[in-house]
Amino acid sequence: MIEPAVKVDNLVKRYPTAVAVDGISFTVARGVTAALLGGNGAGKTTTLSILLGLLLPTAGRVRVLGEDMLRHRYRVLPQMNFSSPFVDLPHRLTVRQNLLIYARLYGLPQRRKRIESLAADLQISAFLERPAGKLSAGQKTRVALAKALLNEPDLLLLDEPTASLDPDTGDWVRSYLEAYRARTGATILMASHNMSEVERLCSEVLMMKAGRIVDRGSPEALIARYGRTNLEEVFLHIARQPRIELEPVP
Amino acid sequence: MRREVRFSAGRVWAMLLRYLYLLRSSWPRTLELLYWPTLQMLIWGFMSQFLYANSSYVFRAFGVLLAAVMLWDVLFRGQLGLSMSFLEEMWARNLGHLFVTPLRPYEWVVSLLSMSLIRVLLGIVPAALLAIPLYHYSIFAMGLPLVAFFAVLLVMGWALGLAICGLILHQGMGAEGMAWTVVFTLSPISAVYYPVSILPGWLQHAAWALPSTYVFEGMRAVLFTEIFRADYFFAAAALDVMYLALGATVFFVAFHNARRRGALLQMGE
Repeated sequence: MIEPAVKVDNLVKRYPTAVAVDGISFTVARGVTAALLGGNGAGKTTTLSILLGLLLPTAGRVRVLGEDMLRHRYRVLPQMNFSSPFVDLPHRLTVRQNLLIYARLYGLPQRRKRIESLAADLQISAFLERPAGKLSAGQKTRVALAKALLNEPDLLLLDEPTASLDPDTGDWVRSYLEAYRARTGATILMASHNMSEVERLCSEVLMMKAGRIVDRGSPEALIARYGRTNLEEVFLHIARQPRIELEPVP
Repeated sequence: MRREVRFSAGRVWAMLLRYLYLLRSSWPRTLELLYWPTLQMLIWGFMSQFLYANSSYVFRAFGVLLAAVMLWDVLFRGQLGLSMSFLEEMWARNLGHLFVTPLRPYEWVVSLLSMSLIRVLLGIVPAALLAIPLYHYSIFAMGLPLVAFFAVLLVMGWALGLAICGLILHQGMGAEGMAWTVVFTLSPISAVYYPVSILPGWLQHAAWALPSTYVFEGMRAVLFTEIFRADYFFAAAALDVMYLALGATVFFVAFHNARRRGALLQMGE
Protein backbone atom coordinates (compact mmCIF):
# COMPACT_ATOMS: atom_id res chain seq x y z
CA MET A 1 0.00 0.00 0.00
CA ILE A 2 1.33 3.43 -0.92
CA GLU A 3 1.80 5.68 2.07
CA PRO A 4 0.31 9.16 1.94
CA ALA A 5 2.59 11.95 0.76
CA VAL A 6 2.46 13.49 4.24
CA LYS A 7 1.52 11.85 7.51
CA VAL A 8 1.74 13.90 10.69
CA ASP A 9 1.00 12.44 14.12
CA ASN A 10 0.50 14.51 17.23
CA LEU A 11 2.95 17.20 16.16
CA VAL A 12 3.94 19.74 18.78
CA LYS A 13 6.24 22.74 18.53
CA ARG A 14 6.66 24.54 21.78
CA TYR A 15 8.83 27.63 22.30
CA PRO A 16 9.75 28.96 25.75
CA THR A 17 7.00 31.59 25.56
CA ALA A 18 4.45 30.12 23.14
CA VAL A 19 3.03 26.94 21.63
CA ALA A 20 3.20 27.32 17.84
CA VAL A 21 1.80 23.88 16.96
CA ASP A 22 -0.31 22.10 19.51
CA GLY A 23 -0.63 18.37 18.82
CA ILE A 24 -1.87 18.32 15.23
CA SER A 25 -2.38 15.17 13.16
CA PHE A 26 -3.22 14.97 9.48
CA THR A 27 -2.46 13.16 6.26
CA VAL A 28 -2.21 14.41 2.71
CA ALA A 29 -2.83 11.80 0.05
CA ARG A 30 -0.52 11.54 -2.94
CA GLY A 31 -1.39 13.59 -5.99
CA VAL A 32 -3.69 16.10 -4.33
CA THR A 33 -3.40 19.80 -3.57
CA ALA A 34 -4.11 20.56 0.07
CA ALA A 35 -4.00 23.75 2.10
CA LEU A 36 -3.21 24.76 5.62
CA LEU A 37 -5.59 27.63 6.09
CA GLY A 38 -5.53 30.01 9.01
CA GLY A 39 -4.81 33.51 10.17
CA ASN A 40 -1.48 34.93 11.27
CA GLY A 41 0.08 32.88 14.04
CA ALA A 42 -2.11 29.85 13.33
CA GLY A 43 0.96 27.60 12.94
CA LYS A 44 0.92 27.13 9.14
CA THR A 45 4.48 28.22 8.42
CA THR A 46 5.77 26.37 11.49
CA THR A 47 4.14 23.18 10.21
CA LEU A 48 5.63 23.65 6.74
CA SER A 49 9.06 24.33 8.25
CA ILE A 50 8.90 21.08 10.20
CA LEU A 51 7.84 19.17 7.08
CA LEU A 52 10.85 20.63 5.28
CA GLY A 53 13.25 19.65 8.05
CA LEU A 54 14.17 23.29 8.74
CA LEU A 55 12.64 23.16 12.19
CA LEU A 56 12.77 20.39 14.78
CA PRO A 57 9.47 19.62 16.52
CA THR A 58 9.14 19.31 20.28
CA ALA A 59 7.14 16.10 19.89
CA GLY A 60 5.31 14.05 17.31
CA ARG A 61 6.03 12.09 14.18
CA VAL A 62 6.33 13.25 10.58
CA ARG A 63 6.48 10.93 7.59
CA VAL A 64 7.04 12.42 4.16
CA LEU A 65 6.85 10.31 1.00
CA GLY A 66 7.08 7.21 3.16
CA GLU A 67 10.17 8.25 5.14
CA ASP A 68 10.56 9.40 8.72
CA MET A 69 11.42 13.07 8.18
CA LEU A 70 13.10 13.46 11.55
CA ARG A 71 15.50 10.57 11.02
CA HIS A 72 15.92 10.25 7.26
CA ARG A 73 15.17 13.60 5.74
CA TYR A 74 18.07 13.35 3.30
CA ARG A 75 16.32 10.40 1.65
CA VAL A 76 13.35 12.54 0.69
CA LEU A 77 14.73 16.06 0.31
CA PRO A 78 15.77 15.34 -3.31
CA GLN A 79 12.07 14.65 -4.07
CA MET A 80 10.76 17.78 -2.32
CA ASN A 81 10.98 21.49 -2.86
CA PHE A 82 9.70 24.71 -1.42
CA SER A 83 8.82 28.21 -2.48
CA SER A 84 7.93 31.29 -0.51
CA PRO A 85 7.67 34.91 -1.61
CA PHE A 86 9.05 35.86 1.81
CA VAL A 87 12.41 34.17 1.21
CA ASP A 88 14.14 35.73 -1.80
CA LEU A 89 16.89 34.07 -3.76
CA PRO A 90 20.29 35.76 -3.25
CA HIS A 91 20.03 39.21 -4.80
CA ARG A 92 23.50 39.69 -6.24
CA LEU A 93 23.56 36.54 -8.32
CA THR A 94 21.79 36.46 -11.65
CA VAL A 95 18.69 34.33 -12.04
CA ARG A 96 20.63 31.83 -14.15
CA GLN A 97 23.47 31.60 -11.60
CA ASN A 98 20.97 31.01 -8.79
CA LEU A 99 19.14 28.31 -10.72
CA LEU A 100 22.40 26.68 -11.78
CA ILE A 101 23.57 26.45 -8.17
CA TYR A 102 20.30 24.91 -6.99
CA ALA A 103 20.31 22.50 -9.93
CA ARG A 104 23.77 21.37 -8.82
CA LEU A 105 22.63 21.06 -5.20
CA TYR A 106 19.89 18.71 -6.38
CA GLY A 107 22.44 16.84 -8.49
CA LEU A 108 20.44 17.28 -11.69
CA PRO A 109 21.82 16.05 -14.98
CA GLN A 110 21.56 18.33 -18.05
CA ARG A 111 21.20 21.38 -15.84
CA ARG A 112 21.39 24.02 -18.54
CA LYS A 113 18.76 22.27 -20.63
CA ARG A 114 16.48 21.97 -17.61
CA ILE A 115 16.87 25.65 -16.79
CA GLU A 116 16.17 26.70 -20.38
CA SER A 117 13.07 24.53 -20.47
CA LEU A 118 11.73 25.83 -17.14
CA ALA A 119 12.58 29.41 -18.13
CA ALA A 120 10.52 29.02 -21.30
CA ASP A 121 7.63 27.44 -19.36
CA LEU A 122 7.61 30.11 -16.66
CA GLN A 123 8.37 32.97 -19.07
CA ILE A 124 11.54 34.06 -17.31
CA SER A 125 13.98 33.64 -20.23
CA ALA A 126 14.16 37.40 -20.77
CA PHE A 127 15.67 38.05 -17.37
CA LEU A 128 17.85 35.00 -16.78
CA GLU A 129 20.96 37.19 -16.86
CA ARG A 130 19.51 39.84 -14.52
CA PRO A 131 20.49 39.93 -10.80
CA ALA A 132 17.70 38.34 -8.76
CA GLY A 133 17.49 41.46 -6.60
CA LYS A 134 16.46 43.60 -9.55
CA LEU A 135 13.27 41.73 -10.40
CA SER A 136 9.69 42.84 -9.79
CA ALA A 137 7.53 40.94 -7.27
CA GLY A 138 5.83 38.97 -10.06
CA GLN A 139 9.14 38.10 -11.71
CA LYS A 140 10.59 37.04 -8.35
CA THR A 141 7.63 34.74 -7.74
CA ARG A 142 8.07 33.06 -11.12
CA VAL A 143 11.81 32.67 -10.52
CA ALA A 144 11.14 31.22 -7.06
CA LEU A 145 8.72 28.80 -8.68
CA ALA A 146 11.37 27.83 -11.24
CA LYS A 147 13.75 27.10 -8.36
CA ALA A 148 11.05 25.06 -6.62
CA LEU A 149 10.34 23.00 -9.75
CA LEU A 150 13.96 22.41 -10.80
CA ASN A 151 13.99 18.88 -9.43
CA GLU A 152 10.39 18.21 -10.53
CA PRO A 153 9.40 17.48 -6.91
CA ASP A 154 6.93 14.80 -5.87
CA LEU A 155 6.00 17.02 -2.94
CA LEU A 156 5.88 20.77 -3.39
CA LEU A 157 5.44 22.93 -0.29
CA LEU A 158 4.34 26.50 -0.86
CA ASP A 159 4.07 29.32 1.63
CA GLU A 160 1.58 31.96 0.42
CA PRO A 161 2.43 31.27 -3.23
CA THR A 162 0.65 34.34 -4.63
CA ALA A 163 1.13 36.84 -1.81
CA SER A 164 1.87 40.37 -3.08
CA LEU A 165 1.05 39.49 -6.70
CA ASP A 166 -1.39 41.39 -8.87
CA PRO A 167 -4.56 39.40 -9.78
CA ASP A 168 -3.32 38.59 -13.29
CA THR A 169 0.05 37.21 -12.17
CA GLY A 170 -1.62 35.43 -9.26
CA ASP A 171 -4.02 33.74 -11.62
CA TRP A 172 -1.17 32.78 -13.93
CA VAL A 173 0.74 31.14 -11.04
CA ARG A 174 -2.36 29.23 -9.91
CA SER A 175 -2.94 27.93 -13.43
CA TYR A 176 0.67 26.85 -13.67
CA LEU A 177 0.46 24.95 -10.38
CA GLU A 178 -2.74 23.20 -11.47
CA ALA A 179 -1.11 22.16 -14.73
CA TYR A 180 2.03 20.97 -12.94
CA ARG A 181 0.07 18.76 -10.56
CA ALA A 182 -2.04 17.35 -13.37
CA ARG A 183 1.03 16.59 -15.50
CA THR A 184 3.28 15.07 -12.84
CA GLY A 185 0.87 13.70 -10.23
CA ALA A 186 2.80 15.62 -7.59
CA THR A 187 1.37 16.51 -4.20
CA ILE A 188 1.12 20.17 -3.31
CA LEU A 189 0.70 21.41 0.23
CA MET A 190 0.33 25.15 0.64
CA ALA A 191 -0.04 27.53 3.53
CA SER A 192 -2.35 30.33 2.61
CA HIS A 193 -4.91 32.81 3.74
CA ASN A 194 -6.09 33.53 0.22
CA MET A 195 -9.50 31.87 0.26
CA SER A 196 -10.29 32.05 -3.45
CA GLU A 197 -6.93 30.48 -4.24
CA VAL A 198 -7.59 27.64 -1.83
CA GLU A 199 -11.12 27.12 -3.16
CA ARG A 200 -9.82 26.92 -6.68
CA LEU A 201 -6.74 24.73 -6.17
CA CYS A 202 -7.31 22.51 -3.18
CA SER A 203 -9.34 19.38 -2.68
CA GLU A 204 -8.50 19.23 1.03
CA VAL A 205 -8.36 22.08 3.54
CA LEU A 206 -6.98 21.96 7.07
CA MET A 207 -8.31 24.89 9.06
CA MET A 208 -5.78 26.01 11.67
CA LYS A 209 -6.19 28.27 14.63
CA ALA A 210 -3.77 28.90 17.49
CA GLY A 211 -1.60 25.92 16.56
CA ARG A 212 -4.47 23.43 16.26
CA ILE A 213 -6.45 21.96 13.40
CA VAL A 214 -9.99 23.06 14.15
CA ASP A 215 -11.69 21.61 11.09
CA ARG A 216 -10.94 19.87 7.85
CA GLY A 217 -12.55 18.78 4.63
CA SER A 218 -12.98 19.79 1.03
CA PRO A 219 -13.81 23.47 0.42
CA GLU A 220 -17.34 22.49 -0.64
CA ALA A 221 -17.86 20.34 2.47
CA LEU A 222 -16.64 23.10 4.79
CA ILE A 223 -18.85 25.70 3.13
CA ALA A 224 -21.86 23.38 3.45
CA ARG A 225 -21.05 22.43 7.04
CA TYR A 226 -21.00 26.04 8.21
CA GLY A 227 -23.93 27.06 6.00
CA ARG A 228 -21.91 29.77 4.23
CA THR A 229 -21.53 30.80 0.62
CA ASN A 230 -17.75 30.72 0.34
CA LEU A 231 -14.60 29.71 2.17
CA GLU A 232 -13.82 33.25 3.28
CA GLU A 233 -17.01 33.31 5.33
CA VAL A 234 -16.07 29.96 6.87
CA PHE A 235 -12.65 31.33 7.69
CA LEU A 236 -14.08 34.47 9.31
CA HIS A 237 -16.58 32.40 11.29
CA ILE A 238 -13.82 30.18 12.66
CA ALA A 239 -11.38 33.03 13.24
CA ARG A 240 -13.97 34.96 15.29
CA GLN A 241 -15.04 32.03 17.45
CA PRO A 242 -13.43 32.38 20.89
CA ARG A 243 -12.99 28.62 21.18
CA ILE A 244 -13.79 25.84 18.77
CA GLU A 245 -13.99 22.24 19.79
CA LEU A 246 -11.60 20.04 17.90
CA GLU A 247 -13.16 17.38 15.81
CA PRO A 248 -11.75 13.92 16.46
CA VAL A 249 -8.62 13.06 14.51
CA PRO A 250 -9.63 10.61 11.80
CA MET B 1 14.70 2.01 -0.04
CA ARG B 2 15.92 5.37 -1.28
CA ARG B 3 19.65 5.93 -1.65
CA GLU B 4 21.18 8.52 0.65
CA VAL B 5 24.30 10.28 -0.62
CA ARG B 6 26.24 11.15 2.52
CA PHE B 7 28.84 13.36 0.88
CA SER B 8 28.66 14.91 -2.54
CA ALA B 9 31.57 16.77 -4.09
CA GLY B 10 29.01 18.14 -6.57
CA ARG B 11 27.11 19.91 -3.79
CA VAL B 12 30.34 21.29 -2.32
CA TRP B 13 31.27 22.58 -5.78
CA ALA B 14 27.79 24.13 -6.13
CA MET B 15 28.33 26.15 -2.95
CA LEU B 16 31.88 27.07 -3.95
CA LEU B 17 30.53 28.25 -7.28
CA ARG B 18 28.03 30.43 -5.43
CA TYR B 19 30.82 32.20 -3.54
CA LEU B 20 32.94 32.54 -6.67
CA TYR B 21 29.99 34.10 -8.53
CA LEU B 22 29.58 36.52 -5.63
CA LEU B 23 33.26 37.44 -5.73
CA ARG B 24 33.08 37.95 -9.48
CA SER B 25 29.95 40.05 -9.23
CA SER B 26 31.67 42.83 -7.31
CA TRP B 27 35.11 44.08 -8.33
CA PRO B 28 35.41 46.35 -5.25
CA ARG B 29 35.16 43.25 -3.07
CA THR B 30 37.80 41.46 -5.12
CA LEU B 31 40.02 44.51 -4.94
CA GLU B 32 39.52 44.68 -1.18
CA LEU B 33 40.95 41.16 -0.90
CA LEU B 34 44.23 42.44 -2.34
CA TYR B 35 44.15 45.91 -0.80
CA TRP B 36 44.83 45.29 2.91
CA PRO B 37 47.55 42.64 2.59
CA THR B 38 49.35 44.79 0.01
CA LEU B 39 49.05 47.93 2.14
CA GLN B 40 50.34 46.09 5.21
CA MET B 41 53.23 44.70 3.23
CA LEU B 42 54.15 48.18 1.98
CA ILE B 43 54.09 49.72 5.47
CA TRP B 44 56.09 46.94 7.09
CA GLY B 45 58.45 46.75 4.13
CA PHE B 46 59.44 50.41 4.49
CA MET B 47 59.57 50.00 8.27
CA SER B 48 61.93 47.06 7.79
CA GLN B 49 64.15 49.11 5.48
CA PHE B 50 64.37 51.78 8.15
CA LEU B 51 64.98 49.36 11.01
CA TYR B 52 67.53 47.39 9.02
CA ALA B 53 69.93 50.29 9.47
CA ASN B 54 68.82 51.11 12.99
CA SER B 55 67.98 47.85 14.74
CA SER B 56 70.10 44.80 15.35
CA TYR B 57 66.90 42.72 15.54
CA VAL B 58 65.91 43.43 11.94
CA PHE B 59 69.55 43.51 10.84
CA ARG B 60 69.78 39.80 11.75
CA ALA B 61 67.12 38.99 9.18
CA PHE B 62 65.59 41.71 7.00
CA GLY B 63 62.38 39.77 6.35
CA VAL B 64 61.48 39.08 9.98
CA LEU B 65 58.76 41.75 10.09
CA LEU B 66 57.58 41.30 6.52
CA ALA B 67 57.23 37.53 6.94
CA ALA B 68 55.41 38.09 10.23
CA VAL B 69 52.91 40.49 8.72
CA MET B 70 52.21 38.19 5.78
CA LEU B 71 51.84 35.09 7.95
CA TRP B 72 49.59 36.96 10.38
CA ASP B 73 47.42 37.80 7.39
CA VAL B 74 47.11 34.07 6.61
CA LEU B 75 45.51 33.57 10.03
CA PHE B 76 43.33 36.68 9.80
CA ARG B 77 42.25 36.14 6.17
CA GLY B 78 41.70 32.43 6.79
CA GLN B 79 39.23 33.23 9.55
CA LEU B 80 37.67 36.21 7.80
CA GLY B 81 37.40 34.37 4.46
CA LEU B 82 35.36 31.64 6.09
CA SER B 83 33.23 34.06 8.11
CA MET B 84 32.53 36.31 5.10
CA SER B 85 31.15 33.46 2.97
CA PHE B 86 29.03 32.40 5.93
CA LEU B 87 27.81 35.97 6.43
CA GLU B 88 26.87 36.22 2.74
CA GLU B 89 24.23 33.55 3.44
CA MET B 90 23.03 35.43 6.51
CA TRP B 91 22.75 38.74 4.66
CA ALA B 92 20.91 37.02 1.80
CA ARG B 93 18.66 35.13 4.27
CA ASN B 94 19.45 32.10 2.17
CA LEU B 95 19.67 29.32 4.77
CA GLY B 96 15.98 28.52 4.34
CA HIS B 97 16.58 27.78 0.67
CA LEU B 98 19.86 25.94 1.10
CA PHE B 99 18.76 23.52 3.78
CA VAL B 100 15.64 22.29 2.07
CA THR B 101 17.96 20.92 -0.61
CA PRO B 102 19.99 17.75 0.01
CA LEU B 103 22.95 19.95 1.07
CA ARG B 104 24.41 18.69 4.33
CA PRO B 105 25.80 21.14 6.90
CA TYR B 106 29.25 19.53 6.69
CA GLU B 107 29.28 19.88 2.89
CA TRP B 108 28.55 23.57 3.41
CA VAL B 109 31.46 23.73 5.87
CA VAL B 110 33.82 22.11 3.33
CA SER B 111 32.81 24.76 0.78
CA LEU B 112 33.38 27.52 3.36
CA LEU B 113 36.86 26.15 4.11
CA SER B 114 37.69 25.91 0.41
CA MET B 115 36.54 29.47 -0.20
CA SER B 116 38.63 30.64 2.74
CA LEU B 117 41.73 29.09 1.13
CA ILE B 118 40.94 30.80 -2.18
CA ARG B 119 40.45 34.18 -0.49
CA VAL B 120 43.74 33.82 1.44
CA LEU B 121 45.68 32.96 -1.70
CA LEU B 122 44.07 35.82 -3.65
CA GLY B 123 44.98 38.26 -0.90
CA ILE B 124 48.44 37.14 0.17
CA VAL B 125 50.16 35.83 -2.95
CA PRO B 126 50.09 39.15 -4.89
CA ALA B 127 51.42 41.01 -1.82
CA ALA B 128 54.19 38.45 -1.38
CA LEU B 129 55.13 38.67 -5.05
CA LEU B 130 55.17 42.47 -4.92
CA ALA B 131 57.64 42.38 -2.01
CA ILE B 132 60.23 40.72 -4.27
CA PRO B 133 60.85 43.67 -6.64
CA LEU B 134 60.16 46.29 -3.96
CA TYR B 135 62.35 45.03 -1.13
CA HIS B 136 64.33 42.18 -2.72
CA TYR B 137 62.68 39.94 -0.16
CA SER B 138 60.92 36.71 -1.03
CA ILE B 139 58.95 34.94 1.67
CA PHE B 140 59.05 31.89 -0.63
CA ALA B 141 62.80 31.59 0.14
CA MET B 142 61.74 30.00 3.43
CA GLY B 143 60.89 26.90 1.41
CA LEU B 144 59.01 23.99 2.92
CA PRO B 145 58.75 25.51 6.43
CA LEU B 146 56.59 28.22 4.84
CA VAL B 147 54.11 25.53 3.74
CA ALA B 148 54.00 24.21 7.31
CA PHE B 149 53.50 27.70 8.80
CA PHE B 150 50.82 28.50 6.22
CA ALA B 151 48.92 25.27 6.91
CA VAL B 152 48.98 25.70 10.70
CA LEU B 153 47.77 29.31 10.54
CA LEU B 154 45.10 28.58 7.95
CA VAL B 155 43.66 25.72 10.03
CA MET B 156 43.74 27.92 13.14
CA GLY B 157 41.85 30.57 11.14
CA TRP B 158 39.28 27.93 10.15
CA ALA B 159 38.84 26.84 13.77
CA LEU B 160 38.27 30.43 14.87
CA GLY B 161 36.00 31.10 11.91
CA LEU B 162 33.81 28.07 12.62
CA ALA B 163 33.47 29.02 16.28
CA ILE B 164 32.58 32.62 15.34
CA CYS B 165 29.99 31.44 12.76
CA GLY B 166 28.53 29.15 15.44
CA LEU B 167 28.24 32.09 17.82
CA ILE B 168 26.55 34.20 15.12
CA LEU B 169 24.11 31.33 14.48
CA HIS B 170 23.41 31.25 18.17
CA GLN B 171 23.29 34.98 18.90
CA GLY B 172 22.02 36.31 15.58
CA MET B 173 23.42 39.08 13.43
CA GLY B 174 24.09 41.26 16.47
CA ALA B 175 27.24 39.16 16.89
CA GLU B 176 28.39 39.82 13.32
CA GLY B 177 31.15 42.21 14.45
CA MET B 178 33.02 39.29 16.01
CA ALA B 179 34.03 38.19 12.53
CA TRP B 180 36.28 41.26 12.27
CA THR B 181 37.47 41.64 15.83
CA VAL B 182 38.02 38.35 17.67
CA VAL B 183 41.25 37.39 15.92
CA PHE B 184 42.91 40.65 16.99
CA THR B 185 42.55 39.75 20.65
CA LEU B 186 44.99 36.90 19.92
CA SER B 187 47.51 39.13 18.18
CA PRO B 188 49.33 40.48 21.28
CA ILE B 189 49.92 37.00 22.72
CA SER B 190 50.75 35.30 19.42
CA ALA B 191 54.21 36.89 19.49
CA VAL B 192 53.82 37.98 15.88
CA TYR B 193 56.43 40.77 15.83
CA TYR B 194 58.41 40.04 19.02
CA PRO B 195 59.60 36.92 20.83
CA VAL B 196 57.26 35.31 23.32
CA SER B 197 59.87 35.85 26.04
CA ILE B 198 58.92 39.56 26.03
CA LEU B 199 55.53 38.71 27.52
CA PRO B 200 55.02 38.52 31.30
CA GLY B 201 55.48 34.99 32.63
CA TRP B 202 51.79 34.35 33.29
CA LEU B 203 50.87 35.49 29.78
CA GLN B 204 53.47 33.21 28.21
CA HIS B 205 51.43 30.21 29.36
CA ALA B 206 48.43 31.55 27.43
CA ALA B 207 50.66 32.30 24.43
CA TRP B 208 51.96 28.74 24.24
CA ALA B 209 48.38 27.48 24.12
CA LEU B 210 48.00 29.06 20.68
CA PRO B 211 49.24 27.39 17.47
CA SER B 212 50.12 30.84 16.10
CA THR B 213 52.77 31.41 18.80
CA TYR B 214 54.65 28.27 17.70
CA VAL B 215 54.48 29.44 14.09
CA PHE B 216 55.94 32.88 14.76
CA GLU B 217 58.64 31.54 17.07
CA GLY B 218 59.36 28.86 14.46
CA MET B 219 59.49 31.49 11.72
CA ARG B 220 62.10 33.50 13.64
CA ALA B 221 64.11 30.33 14.20
CA VAL B 222 64.15 29.68 10.45
CA LEU B 223 65.03 33.29 9.58
CA PHE B 224 67.68 33.80 12.28
CA THR B 225 69.27 30.37 12.50
CA GLU B 226 67.94 28.54 9.42
CA ILE B 227 66.67 25.78 11.70
CA PHE B 228 63.14 24.42 11.32
CA ARG B 229 61.78 23.59 14.77
CA ALA B 230 59.86 20.38 14.11
CA ASP B 231 58.88 20.27 17.80
CA TYR B 232 57.11 23.62 17.38
CA PHE B 233 55.40 22.39 14.25
CA PHE B 234 54.04 19.22 15.84
CA ALA B 235 52.88 21.09 18.94
CA ALA B 236 51.10 23.64 16.74
CA ALA B 237 49.54 20.92 14.58
CA ALA B 238 48.26 19.08 17.67
CA LEU B 239 46.74 22.30 19.02
CA ASP B 240 45.21 22.96 15.59
CA VAL B 241 43.48 19.59 15.64
CA MET B 242 42.10 20.34 19.07
CA TYR B 243 40.89 23.83 18.17
CA LEU B 244 39.43 22.71 14.87
CA ALA B 245 37.45 20.00 16.65
CA LEU B 246 36.27 22.59 19.17
CA GLY B 247 35.34 25.13 16.46
CA ALA B 248 33.46 22.49 14.45
CA THR B 249 31.62 21.34 17.57
CA VAL B 250 30.52 24.90 18.37
CA PHE B 251 29.35 25.33 14.77
CA PHE B 252 27.40 22.08 14.46
CA VAL B 253 25.81 22.39 17.90
CA ALA B 254 24.76 25.97 17.03
CA PHE B 255 23.39 24.76 13.69
CA HIS B 256 21.36 22.03 15.40
CA ASN B 257 20.05 24.54 17.93
CA ALA B 258 19.14 26.93 15.11
CA ARG B 259 16.99 24.14 13.63
CA ARG B 260 15.38 23.65 17.01
CA ARG B 261 14.66 27.38 17.41
CA GLY B 262 13.49 27.86 13.83
CA ALA B 263 16.30 30.31 13.16
CA LEU B 264 17.28 28.90 9.76
CA LEU B 265 14.27 30.55 8.14
CA GLN B 266 14.48 33.78 10.09
CA MET B 267 18.20 34.36 10.30
CA GLY B 268 19.23 37.52 8.48
CA GLU B 269 19.62 41.25 8.75
